[in-house]
Amino acid sequence: MIQYLLQVTNTHSADSSFWYLPVGVQFIFAIVFVAAMMGLTHFLGPKRKTSDKLETFASGIKTHGDARQPMAIKYFLVAILFVLFDVEVIFFYPYAVNFKSLGWDGFMAVLMFVAFFLAGFIYIIKKGALNWED
Amino acid sequence: MHSSLLVVDWFFLLEKLIMIIAIVSVSLVIAMYETYFERKIAAYLQDRRGPNRAGPFGLLQPLADGLKLFMKEEIIPNTPNKFLFILGPCLAMLTAMMTSAVIPWGGTIDVFGRPVSLQIADINIGILFIFGVVSMGVYGIMIGGWASNNKFSLLAALRGASQVISYELPMGLSLIALLFITGSLKMSAIVGGQLDQLYNITYQPLGFLIFFICALAECNRTPFDLPEAENELNFGYHQEYSSMKLGFYLFAEYINMFISSVVMATLFFGGYDIPFVNDAALGQSIGANWLAVLEAISLIGKVAIFIFTFMWIRWTIPRFRYDQLMNLGWKGLIPLSLINMLITAAVVLWLKK
Repeated sequence: MIQYLLQVTNTHSADSSFWYLPVGVQFIFAIVFVAAMMGLTHFLGPKRKTSDKLETFASGIKTHGDARQPMAIKYFLVAILFVLFDVEVIFFYPYAVNFKSLGWDGFMAVLMFVAFFLAGFIYIIKKGALNWED
Repeated sequence: MHSSLLVVDWFFLLEKLIMIIAIVSVSLVIAMYETYFERKIAAYLQDRRGPNRAGPFGLLQPLADGLKLFMKEEIIPNTPNKFLFILGPCLAMLTAMMTSAVIPWGGTIDVFGRPVSLQIADINIGILFIFGVVSMGVYGIMIGGWASNNKFSLLAALRGASQVISYELPMGLSLIALLFITGSLKMSAIVGGQLDQLYNITYQPLGFLIFFICALAECNRTPFDLPEAENELNFGYHQEYSSMKLGFYLFAEYINMFISSVVMATLFFGGYDIPFVNDAALGQSIGANWLAVLEAISLIGKVAIFIFTFMWIRWTIPRFRYDQLMNLGWKGLIPLSLINMLITAAVVLWLKK
């Protein structure tokens, strides 16, 4: 156990999971800061609630129904396409880090992958998934 | 043996805690003064004076604004999702405060014989960490806009979310071209490769341009501020918010602007390297600590130029239409960044042979 701890403390400069400790500390600090500010402003300031004031704002006209209703499908299409393409983009990262050692062979393999990427991309354009003006 | 081990670790934690508090407070103060400079620059571009009543040159205006946000009435409208309504701005602020963790703010300094690196966490996936945290910011917009139970907020949130995620793709692709040159995801290695060398901007001008445009879109800055298009959507995804919850959204936006400027300076403009000066030789003559101070000033100077550019663009270029925005992102920038990536890879491989 002690030897393990020593190893951990001796690898400050190396690539190790040790560096996630400060990230965790900053995360806790940020949570405490946000929670403290939220709590503080909750107690400061006046509180005079009326039913009119608590109604959602719709440019002065009366609110019609609530916002829990179907929205245009285009936004969801963008979200789905983003997930697809972002996964493909993430696949480039390991290649980018190792690309000098992989040489031309790796480059040809990635060219093939880019071709697949482009095939999907051209397909969604041809299908009209990226047409926003009706 | 045991006790000395513990002592070392506690010092390390203390050092990191001090650095975290310092960096987060600096980014908060810079975010505050960004609001001031935004108004001043807008005023001078429009031939006005801008805020000049609170303190000399209106320098206390951000404090007055902050105090006002603190003391205002906190209104939670009639929404069935009170918890999500509060969670939205908290998430936006949290993600804005987390991105500064992996950025190198200067070289290594010497505190009472102890080498202290001016970076909170030198993790080996630095850029991916920033990307991950930034994409969490979408949840702040989306949850806030949806939980407001207001049609305008919902529409603005959907717009904002689809805009931010669309521009994340070309941003990631333009970074891959940069990684071909640096060969590492570590922020300290990327800056180290540029110290006293040519900056990455000379190898990746197109990549930088794409990254800059995407940074504008990610920060919801004009010409891509569709989530806050007042003439179409009243006020945007945060229109039901008041008091410090609204403040958190606005603050998060300005912190994001600061952080994206820092990231651009770090990736493409040499980070904390002092331009036209041999840093290593300067460090020999004035010592590591003064060098680190000068380097941090140099980084802040580069960041200030970027922030000014952001504001200059805001008050110069009109807003895009939604279909123009999406066409630019999907049909313009994604193919462009793919071509940039392939050309970079081919050229680097060809030059190496």
